[in-house]
Amino acid sequence: MIKLDNIQVVFGKGTPLEKRALNSVSLIIEEGTFVTVIGSNGAGKSTVLGVLAGDVIPTAGQVTVGNTEVTRKGTAARAGLVARVFQDPLAGSCGALSIEENLALAAKRGENRGLTPALGTKRREHFRERIAELNLGLENRMKDRMDLLSGGQRQAVSLVMATLAGSEVLLLDEHTAALDPGMAEFIMNLTQKIVSERKLTALMVTHSMRQALDFGDRTIMLHAGEVVLDVSGDSRKTLQVEDLIAMFRRIRGQTLDDDALLIG
Amino acid sequence: MSQIAFWGAVELGLVYAFVALGVFLAFRVLDFPDLTVDGSFPLGAAVTAVLIIAGVNPWLASGVAMVAGAAAGIVTAILNVRFRILNLLASILTMIALFSVNLRVMGKPNVALINADTMLSPFYGLGLRDFYVRPLFVAFLVAVAAVAVWRFLESDAGLAMRATGANARMARAQGVDTSRQIYLGMAMSNALVALGGALFAQTNGFADVTSGVGTIVVGLAAVIIGETLLGSRGILIALAGCVLGSILYRIAIQLALSTDMLGLQASDLNLVTAALVTLALVLPRLRRGGAA
Repeated sequence: MIKLDNIQVVFGKGTPLEKRALNSVSLIIEEGTFVTVIGSNGAGKSTVLGVLAGDVIPTAGQVTVGNTEVTRKGTAARAGLVARVFQDPLAGSCGALSIEENLALAAKRGENRGLTPALGTKRREHFRERIAELNLGLENRMKDRMDLLSGGQRQAVSLVMATLAGSEVLLLDEHTAALDPGMAEFIMNLTQKIVSERKLTALMVTHSMRQALDFGDRTIMLHAGEVVLDVSGDSRKTLQVEDLIAMFRRIRGQTLDDDALLIG
Repeated sequence: MSQIAFWGAVELGLVYAFVALGVFLAFRVLDFPDLTVDGSFPLGAAVTAVLIIAGVNPWLASGVAMVAGAAAGIVTAILNVRFRILNLLASILTMIALFSVNLRVMGKPNVALINADTMLSPFYGLGLRDFYVRPLFVAFLVAVAAVAVWRFLESDAGLAMRATGANARMARAQGVDTSRQIYLGMAMSNALVALGGALFAQTNGFADVTSGVGTIVVGLAAVIIGETLLGSRGILIALAGCVLGSILYRIAIQLALSTDMLGLQASDLNLVTAALVTLALVLPRLRRGGAA
């Protein structure tokens, strides 16, 4: 279970540039729920993800991941609870390391790292099997440097990396935004498959309303640092992209000039 | 070039191979441009020389030198990680400070080790001429160090350090405490460099406070020559490249200085060094430019 309790985040507090990014956000996500998060730029989506990941320490409030209170824990200290896939395919893996080395690194997420060889025969075989499941032919390129892969291939490997070690929550930060439509679809289907097969609790930030409604069990809309919409179950099933856009307009009290981007 | 001069160059190259391994850890693995080595190399020499003269076992003295080098590396890491000083500047501060520290350690600018027992003493007079004994002995230690570094970098812990240098944000997301990796890596790097200094003092019979000048350039030259020759195909090859690069660099210098035709003299060493390093830096780029 994930619990955000009255989270406030203020950047540059007490300076002329003070910015209230999150204004008392409370959220409870049951185990095994796949939540999609939408909102315009600056709404606070990334900040919510950052608060869960440990990149952002909230000004007030409490964060619980699983059964652990992690409010003040840094990214590295809570990595055992949180798995992530970044928006930038280059950010989530090490280009200078090989595919299998990246996997070895991820397999020990949140654990102590000793002097055992990172790539013993058994681990190698295990990684190979997991990569073969992608059907991208990458299992024959395990020793290739990660930066030889395309963005889509890197995101696919990143998804596998995120599931090698256990976690309480999987954070997906617009992880298909940098990909071409075909690859984005492949990665989304893979995400769906991994999340449902492994019964993961997941939080996916997206700019695509279509994605937000098509995938997951629950959709949250953020605006100006607050949760303005939270739908799940039957009411979510009948919700259309057009409804979301209408809601967006009403909330912002203005005509959106970037409809095309939002419908995507 | 005489045989003695040749083996002398090989020996010096092997001593500086420790510097190359240290520089590889800092520059290539951690992506930390570390000039501390200009201070930690003579620090290793100074600590070893002073301890050996005081009657301490030379192996123990060299071990203490490594600890001193590690401490110097940690100081640089603290300046960078805790106090957020730019990495290059942090290492320059430590380097400058170490000049005074080294003078304090020795009490004078130069300490001679002429008749003292060194790590090499038991191996002289076993039938092999001295100018073979020295490079053989140092080569053995270099091999041990290189294998140790290799095993480490291919372990789980070493992978964490490599990730820290390659993509710190990703490393943290994988639960790697990147600050700790910088402390650890800088300590290891400068311990190796100090061991190089310790062996320099014992093979050359003296420790000198100015012997550190340009250490970083020599170490970097070795790393780059190695990369140019062997390419970057895995850790073991890269480490072998560091050792090979260091030896070839010394032979090249020796050749340049001993060829009368060029009219060079010993005092031209730094100029020749700078020219060789520039060449080593530019050549790969030219080659890539030609291929593209």
